[in-house]
Amino acid sequence: MSVTTIDYSKEAPVVEGQPSLRGLDDLIAKPIDEFPHRNWFIGLAITGTMLMIGAVSLGWLLWKGVGVWGINQPVAWGFDVVNFVFWVGIGHAGTLISAILFLLRQRWRTGIARFAEAMTLFAVLCAVQFVLFHTGRPWIAAIWLLPYPNQHGVWVNFTSPLMWDVFAVSTYFTVSAVFWYIGLIPDLATLRDRAKDGIKKTVYAVLSLGWRFSNRHWQHYERAYLILAGFATPLVLSVHTIVSFDFAVSVLPGWHTTIFPPYFVAGAIFSGFAMVQNVLIVTRTAFKFEHLITLDTIEKMNKIILVTGTMVGYAYSMEFFIAWYSGNLTEKFVFINRAFGPYWWAYWIMFTCNVFTPQLFWFKRMRTSLLVSFILAIFVNIGMWFERFVIVVTSLHRDFLPSSWGMFVPTVWDFGLLIGSFGLFFTLVLLFIKFLPAIAMSEIKAVVPGSQPAHHGNGAHHG
Amino acid sequence: MADTNLYAVTALFRTPDQIIAAAKGVKEAGYTRYDVHTPYPVHGMDKAMGLPETKLGFVTLAAGIMGAVGMISFASWVAAVDYPQVIGGKPYWSWPAFVPVTYEIAVLLAVLLTVGAMIAFFFKFPNISHPLHDTPYMKAVSSDAYGVAVRADDPKFDEKEVRDLLKRLGGEVSPVEFSEEFRTFRPRLFEPRFLLLLAGVALVSAGGGYVTWNKLMFMPPFDWMMMQPKAKPQTVSTFYADGFGMRLPVSGTVARGFTLYPYTITDRADSVGALMVNPLVPTATVLSRGKQKYLTYCSPCHGNAGRGDSRMNGQFPNPPTLHSDKVRQWPDGALFHVMTVGQNVMPSYQYQISREDRWAVVHYVRTLQRALNAQESDLQ
Ligand code: HEC
Repeated sequence: MSVTTIDYSKEAPVVEGQPSLRGLDDLIAKPIDEFPHRNWFIGLAITGTMLMIGAVSLGWLLWKGVGVWGINQPVAWGFDVVNFVFWVGIGHAGTLISAILFLLRQRWRTGIARFAEAMTLFAVLCAVQFVLFHTGRPWIAAIWLLPYPNQHGVWVNFTSPLMWDVFAVSTYFTVSAVFWYIGLIPDLATLRDRAKDGIKKTVYAVLSLGWRFSNRHWQHYERAYLILAGFATPLVLSVHTIVSFDFAVSVLPGWHTTIFPPYFVAGAIFSGFAMVQNVLIVTRTAFKFEHLITLDTIEKMNKIILVTGTMVGYAYSMEFFIAWYSGNLTEKFVFINRAFGPYWWAYWIMFTCNVFTPQLFWFKRMRTSLLVSFILAIFVNIGMWFERFVIVVTSLHRDFLPSSWGMFVPTVWDFGLLIGSFGLFFTLVLLFIKFLPAIAMSEIKAVVPGSQPAHHGNGAHHG
Repeated sequence: MADTNLYAVTALFRTPDQIIAAAKGVKEAGYTRYDVHTPYPVHGMDKAMGLPETKLGFVTLAAGIMGAVGMISFASWVAAVDYPQVIGGKPYWSWPAFVPVTYEIAVLLAVLLTVGAMIAFFFKFPNISHPLHDTPYMKAVSSDAYGVAVRADDPKFDEKEVRDLLKRLGGEVSPVEFSEEFRTFRPRLFEPRFLLLLAGVALVSAGGGYVTWNKLMFMPPFDWMMMQPKAKPQTVSTFYADGFGMRLPVSGTVARGFTLYPYTITDRADSVGALMVNPLVPTATVLSRGKQKYLTYCSPCHGNAGRGDSRMNGQFPNPPTLHSDKVRQWPDGALFHVMTVGQNVMPSYQYQISREDRWAVVHYVRTLQRALNAQESDLQ
């Protein structure tokens, strides 16, 4: 048997082959320049239908009130909060990829960062609609969500985790949007210069603010990008930490645990990467981005999914251990009830999809198989949705007094809004792919072999 | 120079090494108003151009400190000064709970101001009508070429010299001129079409605002909580089969704290009155309570002092004075009885005035009687 040594100091090339810079532009801008493929319209028809289902459910909700949902006492948080936490979680991958991996000098992020950031924005939008509408009267939600001077002399409560949540999610959305837009400016300018017809050119010209690729600008621009990445990094971690406070700061057994913040953050990264993986694999195949989003990238994503999935599995087990170790009877009951009570099936779907199936990624064959990656990523999404369901619903449905026990049965409107949120997400993704560059052109050019001066050597040496 | 249309002399280069060398060359030749344009940031270019370190970080620092200090002060003021509430038994100023919002606002402000300052002050953007825009030069550097532009207003500028220098450095030289449109364009604030647009926008937003806040918000489903469908006393209800908004107590039940009054209007006041004792002690609170109820419920007929001379005089059978010997000698219970079940044309007040309050009124009537028939012994 021959011994092969692998030199881990060598990075795999971010971009395979030797594409010319203009060739890269042509490839990345192809979906934008060309009339969309038939499949794009089919996709849009499907997601548009889902979006319409969501719109109808929303209209009915606004007309009748939150009573159309399955929530009641004791389960007063149902799909609304489950979906909110689910979507916010998905919204964590984008900024993680673009900010944390940027600071860690993970150059493989270049191909997927733009994409993931866009998905972050769309996911947070999906999430925000649920918290907004679960207030019942969202049109006057500003009264209790924002601290503004009013004639009642009433202020919001800054010591409430729900208030922290408002601040965290809106800050996260704003910062992610700014980060994304800043990254887009040079590419919008490139599109402006590629565009021929009037409207397209005007729109891209206005959006690019008049970017001129001047090095005097690049200098500030790069610094700003670094600063933003530096801020976004702790922000990513803070958002899901604060979302977990919504639960952990209460005194409900099943919610009141100190492991929640790290457990939620790991779960968020886990689900976010899975969603990025899904959309990525489809886009990569559909638009022939194979040498820009390399198999190596997909494998690395799978590794992160494996790591975070195992962390989540550790958290599940640790919760059980603590429930027993604490000697607290209610706590113990809640956890046994979670796994073996009326919602046992939700628990085991969660456990299987989040902990067991990702273990297949220990094998390189599995990590580098597109089909397996795609299917396991879907499993992770299902599992993570059920995780939130388990946390929210099973902790509530058995109240302290057996007389206040109840079950949560979602109504058709609950499902309508869930479907609608997926419709919204994928519609936005499709529109994004059509109208904006899905891969950051100016960033990928900078890591193409030979794109940096030889003596400074970056691309030239590693590539 | 001012009379020529020339904006800059530009040159395109094909490799990153060339552009670094070109930037160095132009700088060393002593030009200051030049710029390098590259499709992506080229490493080492800042050094080649001799650019000083960017000052953007100071904006971030200032904005971050502003956000953090501002937010924690605001939250402290709200929670401890302007709107103190006890939450979870914690002190009003429990600052650790303000950390999350403070952090978020610090980050938000730092990011927004950094980016805002960069775009507005460092870049002087938005500016979509720069002379370089839409030139073949710009179209090249926005994709795959690297360019140097030496501006015509550079103090050392001489068209031929610059062309020679750039050619020597290996570039494809081309001049960029101001377009005629660019030179003559003046934005006109008072152009009628622009004013019309402004007026239109103002009208639409005012109308939209009016309809939203004065009409839409009062229509279902946007109506306010006070406008929800509910049964009010004395109203017709379509919800209940009998059409009454008010409901009778469930048959066979009594409200908590309710005891049945055992006597009826046919019982004599003085005889059943002797069977009941006033449970209240005539303290100042009891008397003022009694006064309030008396003035509300009894004075319209009996008059403020109980003399039977109220403003109702003549419109209703005159009530006798409450200062008669008969009433003065009645036991407290007799007054209570009359109030509770009524007497002849005087209606019952047991549903309007609670049991407790009726006894308080008795005390008050007693005070009135004593005040109008004061004796010498009362002086002590
Ligand atoms: C609607 C007008 C009206 C109101 C209000 C009213 N009364 Fe009378 N009250 C009368 C009339 C009339 C009589 C005489 C009834 C009769 O013919 O015996 C009377 C009789 C009395 C008597 C008996 C006097 C007697 O000499 O027999 C007392 C005591 C009395 N009222 C107390 C009160 C008190 C206390 C209140 C307040 C809770 C009150 N009334 C409210 C009209 C009123």
